[in-house]
Amino acid sequence: MSDNKDMMPLWEVFVRSKNGLSHTHAGSVHATDAEMALQNARDIYTRRAEGVSIWVVPSAEITASDPSSKGEMFEPSGTKIYRHPTFYDIPEEVGHM
Amino acid sequence: MYTQALNDPSSKIATVEEGEEKLNDYFMERISADEKIEPNDWMPASYRKTLIRQISQHAHSEVIGMLPEGNWITRAPTLRRKATLLAKVQDEGGHGLYLYAAAETLGISREEMQQQLLDGKARYSSIFNYPTLTWADIGSIGWLVDGAAIMNQIPLCRCSFGPYARAMVRVCKEESFHQRQGYEILLALCKGSAEQKAMAQESLDRWWWPSIMMFGPHDANSTHSDQSMAWKIKRISNDDLRQKFIDATVPQAHHLGLEIPDPDLKFNEKTGHWDFGKIDWDEFKRVLAGNGPCNRERMEARTKAHNDGDWVRKAALAHAAKQAARKSTRKAA
Ligand SMILES: [Fe+2]
Ligand SMILES: [Fe+2]
Repeated sequence: MSDNKDMMPLWEVFVRSKNGLSHTHAGSVHATDAEMALQNARDIYTRRAEGVSIWVVPSAEITASDPSSKGEMFEPSGTKIYRHPTFYDIPEEVGHM
Repeated sequence: MYTQALNDPSSKIATVEEGEEKLNDYFMERISADEKIEPNDWMPASYRKTLIRQISQHAHSEVIGMLPEGNWITRAPTLRRKATLLAKVQDEGGHGLYLYAAAETLGISREEMQQQLLDGKARYSSIFNYPTLTWADIGSIGWLVDGAAIMNQIPLCRCSFGPYARAMVRVCKEESFHQRQGYEILLALCKGSAEQKAMAQESLDRWWWPSIMMFGPHDANSTHSDQSMAWKIKRISNDDLRQKFIDATVPQAHHLGLEIPDPDLKFNEKTGHWDFGKIDWDEFKRVLAGNGPCNRERMEARTKAHNDGDWVRKAALAHAAKQAARKSTRKAA
């Protein structure tokens, strides 16, 4: 869809809102190269001091899990409830643990 | 707002053998459970089509909406008002871009959507086909047009399609300043000289009814509403939204000391709502059909901007290609 040479490629934008927090996905922009992608991302996603750092990644470079295999992909972790602290009974008199 | 490459409909779809009907049942189950639909999830073709139409028209409205206000940037009465108006118009451009990106996740390119607009195949909100004749109109647009847009957009934050809902959350955060700055403009005019107050009143007289029409036809005549409600794209009906807007806006007009141009407007003690007069749907249809005061002017301006920018886009692409080629030869050496 975006293979057409006359089209500007799509980039995904990740913004760190402040130091100490990780970058999170903010949206996407079109740009011909990384530098333009950064500038466009700044103009579009940080007009109100929403960020201190921006990453841009060509959308085509992202590998995503297949939503139709969500079951096989994530079910194994769903059934392993013993990975959660609440699985274990600790007498109340022991206090917070 | 999601990688578009994943949306190639020819690739995969592991669940094809399950059959369309079963998929649709499962889809509707998810909708009724208030789950969000994400771009790579299965969705009925008509849901996709409806969203592409609605989101792209919403995007076009943001972009065309920059024109009537842009008209006053160089003539704003103070530096403060000018900086505000510039920031507002820039926000609207941003809103257009968030929305184009949300629509792109459904498998249509931005170029295609823009071409539909330029070819007159896609609509934008009729309100932007009215002219901004006085400075007070910048106040009226912020107060009424952005106010009506906010009413429409708040329920869209809960829309079933994830990327659209997320774009709306961002947009709504930014809109509240738009409405407040508009109201502030009118407040200043209404506290000013008799001529200034008259300018505010004259502007309200022109913008009131078109703003009320922004909510679209009455529920009984709204063609797409039922299906959109069932899919939870639309959450509140046109008439309910319109009533909410009128109830919120009438006291604000009274605070300004302005009169709303509707002789039938009166508070209904029984319902607790403001009753209002008949809407001139012929005017609505006329503007929608392309015969409003500024339809041609808007499309000419948009087409000119697009064509004038052509060499810039081409140059940027050529530059990027050259840089990439240089980089790869350097690597090879
Ligand atoms: Fe907007
Ligand atoms: Fe706005």
